[in-house]
Amino acid sequence: MDKPFAITLDVGSSRANKTGSWRTERAVYTNRMPPCNDACPAGENIQAWLYEAEAGGAGYEQGWRRIMEDNPFPAVMGRVCYHPCETACNRAQLDEAVGINSVERFVGDEAIRQGWTVSVDVPPTGKRVLVVGAGPSGLSAAYHLARRGHTVTIKEAGPMAGGMMRFGIPRYRLSRDVLDAEVQRILDLGVTLELDAKVTDLEALRHEHDAVFLAVGAQLGRRAYIPAGSAAHVLDAVSMLRDLEAGEKPLLGRRVAVYGGGNTAMDAARTARRLGAAEAIVVYRRTQDRMPAHESELREAEDEGVLFKWLSTITQVDSGRLTIERMELDEAGFPRPTGELEELDADSLVLALGQETDLALLDGVPGLVVEDGVVAVASDMMTGCPGVFAGGDMVPQERSVTVAVGHGKRAARHIDAWLSGAAPEPAVRPALATFDTLNTWYYSDAPRAHRPLLDRARRESTFDEVVLGHDEGTALLEARRCMSCGNCFECDNCYGVCPDNAVIKLDQPNGKYLIDLDYCKGCGICVAECPSGAIQMFPEQV
Amino acid sequence: MPYQEIKLYQTGTFVAGNRLLEPEQRSVQARTGRSNSITSGHRACRGCGEALGARYVLDAAMRATGGKVVAVNSTGCLEVFSTPYPESSWQLPWLHSLFGNGPAVAAGVAAALRARGRDDIRVVGQAGDGGTVDIGFGTLSGMFERNDDVLFVCYDNEGYMNTGVQRSGATPPAAITANTKALGQTPGNAFGQGKSVPLIAMAHEIPYVATATVAELRDLEYKVEKAMTFRGARYLHVFVPCPLGWGADSADTVRLARLSKETGLFPVFEAEAGEVTEVSRIRRQVPVEEYLRPQRRYAHLFGDHPRPDIVARLQARADRNIARFGLLPEGDE
Repeated sequence: MDKPFAITLDVGSSRANKTGSWRTERAVYTNRMPPCNDACPAGENIQAWLYEAEAGGAGYEQGWRRIMEDNPFPAVMGRVCYHPCETACNRAQLDEAVGINSVERFVGDEAIRQGWTVSVDVPPTGKRVLVVGAGPSGLSAAYHLARRGHTVTIKEAGPMAGGMMRFGIPRYRLSRDVLDAEVQRILDLGVTLELDAKVTDLEALRHEHDAVFLAVGAQLGRRAYIPAGSAAHVLDAVSMLRDLEAGEKPLLGRRVAVYGGGNTAMDAARTARRLGAAEAIVVYRRTQDRMPAHESELREAEDEGVLFKWLSTITQVDSGRLTIERMELDEAGFPRPTGELEELDADSLVLALGQETDLALLDGVPGLVVEDGVVAVASDMMTGCPGVFAGGDMVPQERSVTVAVGHGKRAARHIDAWLSGAAPEPAVRPALATFDTLNTWYYSDAPRAHRPLLDRARRESTFDEVVLGHDEGTALLEARRCMSCGNCFECDNCYGVCPDNAVIKLDQPNGKYLIDLDYCKGCGICVAECPSGAIQMFPEQV
Repeated sequence: MPYQEIKLYQTGTFVAGNRLLEPEQRSVQARTGRSNSITSGHRACRGCGEALGARYVLDAAMRATGGKVVAVNSTGCLEVFSTPYPESSWQLPWLHSLFGNGPAVAAGVAAALRARGRDDIRVVGQAGDGGTVDIGFGTLSGMFERNDDVLFVCYDNEGYMNTGVQRSGATPPAAITANTKALGQTPGNAFGQGKSVPLIAMAHEIPYVATATVAELRDLEYKVEKAMTFRGARYLHVFVPCPLGWGADSADTVRLARLSKETGLFPVFEAEAGEVTEVSRIRRQVPVEEYLRPQRRYAHLFGDHPRPDIVARLQARADRNIARFGLLPEGDE
């Protein structure tokens, strides 16, 4: 070809120059563990379901299905979970934690409104599993086992399913319509529920099934020895809450004292107010900051006019009157009696000192180990007796609905593996997405939306739900406050900031990105400017 | 904020795109169809702010004009690393002549297009700070005063980086370059020297003058697009960190650009016909030290023999910009 004067070469593109050869480190898209997921006792993939919900519209259902992979109770969780996810949320270090619980409630309620269901998508395995107890743990295990194709029978001692979700948590925290809807969805998978079917001899039943999951809970109120006069009116909180649910109104009087500092104590005091007690006073032997009750329960109780008497123990109960001894904390934070006594007027005393498990049904089961009143289990939730697993309040761990649901899921995974003789797939836990791995510059300034509360006057006289839900717009904005810690949410920043056009954006729905290693020089700008810390640099092998 | 603010989509205005946005809400750089006016394989250093800035500016100009842009380039890093004979990284018509005559050549191209009746084709001149502030300054001022129909873009990395990091008229005080060493009572570049070409451009009362950084993509794209709505001389001054010349980590390019604005050291504003019309306010104000410390060209201000007095003088420069342009966040004035 004829070339102009002094020109000897054709024009070429610089793409012939593969600058990737300069690289000593390469950028790799990774997934880190978001702190919310890390903290969730039920093992929910919170970042992932928020990611779906952030899209709005059809995203709510996709998000709900993500929750349902791990937890069959989204609407219940959105009311009763103490949301350790929010405590762990990285956004708390920027402005305020994402209101994960409120979004979960919105998505869960939407599922009930729209009638979304799940199905069993695997062929029946023919294996029969017995679940003892229809509380959160038993129902969760039954759900996960049923979805894996097993035939599940739940035997429940009580007249209705739900366990502590029904007989422990008052209606003003969890509407029974919501509970019924989510329980029914589990039963609709083909789970057999036998009510009023208390198991008294497990050893006899055990051999009729391929595996057993025990989740009988802890429903015996712990008693403390308190000298009491003959006319003293003393009852325990769990029985009181259970009787109320069964339609029996306890007689409490005008002034009610509640002894204990846990969530059940708060529930008992708040229930007493609703039943007409003019005065409900919580007596606790330590200080407010050492009380085991969740902060939101305490705050709501205070709002409702519940009174508190800190650093106090009850030494004597008489008709209409308690004798209280003042305590002081020693250096180790342990309460010590001071010998100073005072009197407190109270028509009744409700004991909320913790719960114990009735383990009589386990007599004669070989290998089973009971320690401190609870059943010992290995990390796979199996007891000392092969094929018998246990979870929920009857095993040694924190007692909450979410923990119980998590036990049910974990037990189901291991029961499934045990039944098929295979090792369960190991749960992958990547490194934590800590706050310093994020580039928070990129997130919008967005203050948190808090859920509205029921009017105070109605809280003192009715059992209507206290915490109300978000409307769609608010729930969507709250979902979008999620920073997606450690995981790509397709903001296109890496694609934008590469000086070498070495990030390829895949042009497809949910398309993500690839690093073009022919041209990536390894500068690390994409890593530094990724808002969620989803890209990391790794040294090249030389 | 002069450009359209993106409300809460997790990230809002600050990232390039976001899957939740409608396609037309995304920045040019977030689109798979962007023109990549300067393509891969160029020989800019790792983390080059200028290569990034040039793509941001030209892709936005290409989009604003429907792909009808001619670029004229003065000598400098941008020209050297993009066109080692016979390769070219440019995916648009591109001319290079000399170090000092970029604005004159661009004016000539504009005149030629006018003579041929092609007012649909727009001209972008571009140069580094050496080619703009020093060597090309005479021709640039001429282009301004004749109000030639050119958008001239200066990619300011505060020195002659291509020839070995020498001082330019845009090098800030106290910075170390090859010819402003860390010696004497006032180490590094002297205080009281240098100039602001954006303010000089405003003195020409040309239709449009703006400053921007590679840290705020949407702001930059908005300004290029807006510049293309004017006829006549327009000037855009883009702050582009240089990892090599500044002794900074290649990953810190965008971060340093962001800090230059958030400290107040580099005021980001727009002006029309000689008057400032908009300023980009600081979002999260930080002391200048946060900007200076990651750069080796300021290392002599810290370490074993720190010079807090000089850091204070640099802070005073930032404070003067903040007061002069009104850069504090709303409600903080």
